[in-house]
Amino acid sequence: MKLLLKGGRVVDPARGVDGPADVLIDGDRIAEVGRDLPAGDAVVREVPRGAIVCPGLIDMHVHLREPGQEHKETVATGTAAAVAGGFTSVACMPNTDPVNDSASVTRLIIDRARAAGLARVYPIGAVSRGSKGEQLAEIAELREAGCVAVSDDGRPVASALLMRRVLEYTSMFGMPVIDHCEDPSLKGDGVAHEGPAASRLGLRGIPGIAEELMVERDITIAGITTGRVHIAHLSTAGSLRAVRAGKARGIAVTCEVTPHHFTLTDEVLEGYDTNVKMNPPLREAADVEALIGGLADGSVDVIATDHAPHHHDEKFVEFDKAPFGILGLETAVALTFDRLVHRGHLSTTRAIALLSTNPARVLNVPGGTLAPGTPADITILVPDLEVTIDPARSRSLSRNTPFGGWRLRGGVAATIVGGRVVYVNDEVAGAAALAEPPPAGIAAR
Amino acid sequence: MSTTTAVTTLRSRHLLSIADLSAEEIVLLLDTADAMKEIAARPIKKVPTLRGRTIVNLFYEPSTRTRTSFEIAEKRLSADTLSISVATSSVVKGETLVDTALNLEAMQPDMIVMRHASSGAHHLLTRVCKSHVINAGDGMHEHPTQALLDAYTIREKTGRIGGLKVAIVGDLLHSRVLRSDVLLLGKLGAEVWACAPPTLIPPGLDALGVRVTTSVEEAVRDADVVMMLRIQLERMQGNFFPSLREYFNVFGMTRERVRLAKPGAIIMHPGPMNRGVEIASDVADGPASVILEQVTNGVAVRMAVLYLLAGGEDERA
Repeated sequence: MKLLLKGGRVVDPARGVDGPADVLIDGDRIAEVGRDLPAGDAVVREVPRGAIVCPGLIDMHVHLREPGQEHKETVATGTAAAVAGGFTSVACMPNTDPVNDSASVTRLIIDRARAAGLARVYPIGAVSRGSKGEQLAEIAELREAGCVAVSDDGRPVASALLMRRVLEYTSMFGMPVIDHCEDPSLKGDGVAHEGPAASRLGLRGIPGIAEELMVERDITIAGITTGRVHIAHLSTAGSLRAVRAGKARGIAVTCEVTPHHFTLTDEVLEGYDTNVKMNPPLREAADVEALIGGLADGSVDVIATDHAPHHHDEKFVEFDKAPFGILGLETAVALTFDRLVHRGHLSTTRAIALLSTNPARVLNVPGGTLAPGTPADITILVPDLEVTIDPARSRSLSRNTPFGGWRLRGGVAATIVGGRVVYVNDEVAGAAALAEPPPAGIAAR
Repeated sequence: MSTTTAVTTLRSRHLLSIADLSAEEIVLLLDTADAMKEIAARPIKKVPTLRGRTIVNLFYEPSTRTRTSFEIAEKRLSADTLSISVATSSVVKGETLVDTALNLEAMQPDMIVMRHASSGAHHLLTRVCKSHVINAGDGMHEHPTQALLDAYTIREKTGRIGGLKVAIVGDLLHSRVLRSDVLLLGKLGAEVWACAPPTLIPPGLDALGVRVTTSVEEAVRDADVVMMLRIQLERMQGNFFPSLREYFNVFGMTRERVRLAKPGAIIMHPGPMNRGVEIASDVADGPASVILEQVTNGVAVRMAVLYLLAGGEDERA
C-alpha cells in the first residue's frame, strides 16, 4: 500500500530540507519527498493544518523497566508512551532486573517490542556484568542480539581502567559507550544539587563537579582510544565546557541533555516534591542557560528524556527515600518547542536534529532522515498546539512527572512507524483522518 | 515584659518552618510564651486550655529534651497526648510514613508533633493529614520550636533581639537548629554570624542573610549571644575535621574565647552537649550560660505554639 501525506511542512535536517512538500510512503519505506506529488495509486491523507512532517523522533535514553520492574513500566506501556510523545524509536537502558548483560535479556526486550508493535526498541547492553563495574559484559554477543550501545547507566563506570578497556573494545564495533558521569565519592548520599536551595532545605548535596570530573576523565580516556563516548544527561555548565573542549581537540565525544535539565532549576525543590528528584539533579539557572546555549550552538548533540518511570508508592515517601527519576517521553516535544523553539533559542530544524537526526547518528541506527529508501518512520508535529500536561492521561504505567498542569505550546499529531500510523492525537483537528482505513478497493500489501 | 503586637492569631495551620511565620507572629508567640511561663510558677501547673484535644507525638528519631518538653507542654494545657516512638511502632514492620499518618489521622487527632530524620518529611505529612502538624525537627532542615525558645531566651535575658550580634559556632552543615535560628533571628533584626570549619559550611549559606566566617574569634568578638551547635562524633569519619581534639583547639568555646564577647554576653546550646568538644565544661556551667534556662523556656514556648495553632480559643466550642 502506498500512502501520500499531503500539505505539510517537511523538515528533514539530514538533507537540509525545510518547506512545503508531500511525502510518499511505499509499504514500510519512504518512496519520495517533493512538492505536489501525484497521487497515483496511493491513499492520500492531508496532514493537519500547520503541521510539520519530520523524520521519526528517537529517544536514545529511556528506562522501560522490563524485565523485572513491570509495576513501573513494560516494553508495551513504555513504547505506547513513546509513540504518544512522537518517538518512533527508543533506546532502553540495561538497568533492568536482571541487568541486560546477556543476549537472552536483549532478545526478550526485542521480542516484547515486536509484540507491542509500536515504537522500535533498541536495547543498550551493559558495559560490565551485572553493571557491577568489574568484568566486561559479553559485548559482541550483546551486539549480535541487537544492542546498539553499551552503558552501565544508573551507575557510572567508576574505574578509569574499565572505561579505557570498554572504549577500546567497543571501537571494533563502532558502538558508543554511554556514561552516566558521576564521581561516587563526591556524590555520596546526596539527593539534590549542592547549592543554596539544597542548603536552605537541608537536603544533602550532589555537587556539579561530581559529574564534571568524570566527564573530563571520560573525554581524556577517549582521546587515547578509537572508541566513542557519549555523555548521558549532561547537566552542568562545566560538563558542557569539557565536551566543547573535547570536540575541539577532535575527540569522539557526544552528549545529550534532558528536557527537565533545560527547563527547571533547583529552585523547584521548595515543597520537597519527589517528582523533582532526579539524577543528575536539577541544577542552577546559570547551568540551564549554558545548556540552552549548547543546544543552540551544536555543542549538545541530542535531546534525550531519561524517561524513568516509578510507581506512585515509591515516590510518595520522604524526599531522601524516593528513587531518582521522572517520566519524559510524553512531554519532550512540548517542552522542546515551548521552551527552546518558540522562545527563539533553536530553529525548528535544529530541534528536530536534536530529537531525530543526531540520535540516529550517535547510535548508528536507521532513521533520522526522510531520504527515499529509508524506513517510513515519521512524526507529524503541530508546533502551535496548545497542550496541558495531564499525568492521568499518560500512556506510561507511572505518573511521576513534575509537569502536571503545565500549559505548553507544541504537540504531536501522529506517529508513523514503518509506514503504519501507530498513534494519532484526537485533540488535533484533522489528525484522526490519518489513521482511517484505506478506502475499499485499495488492497493492503 | 509584654509588647503590643499587631496580630492575635497565626495564619498558617501548621508550623513546618520559621518561613511560615511573620515577624509579628513571632513576637505574638514570644509574648504568649511569657503568659505560659507564669503557669509553671503555680503550685498547680495546669490550665484547661486544650481540654478534649488529642495530640500525637510521633518521634522517628531519638529525642529526650524536645519530646519531653512537648509532652509537658501538652499536659500543662490539659490536652490528651500520646507519644509514639518508632522502636515500638509499625514502622519497624516497614510501614511507610504516609500509611502511618493516614492511620493516625483515622483516629482523628487534632495535632501531630513529629520529629523525623528526613528533611521535608512534614511537608509530606501535611499532604495527607487534616491535623495541625508541628515540626519538632526534620533532618537537616528546621527545628522551629528550638529557634523560638532560643529567641525567647535571648529576649528574656537581654530585653531585645533587634541589633544584637549572635554568633553561632559548630556543625552548620548538618544543623536544623542553625537554619531555623538564622531565619528567625534575621526576621527580628539580629546580626547573625555563623562559624565553622569550611567543610561544615553549607554552600550558599550567606544567601540566608548570615555572615559566615571560619574565624571563631571574628564570630565571637563583641557578640551579645554565643551559641554552640553540637558536633556529632561520627563527623570525624566523614573527614570533616581530623579529630575532636583539633576541633576543640580551633573552634571549641573556651573561657578565653568567651572573653572576646561583650561583657554580659550569654552562652547558649540547644543540646545535647559534647563537653570538651564544642564547649568547655567551665563555659557550659559558668555564670554566662543560659543552657538550662533554654530548656525551661522550651516548655513555655511550646505551650504558646500549641495554643496559638489550636486557634487561640479556650476549649472547643
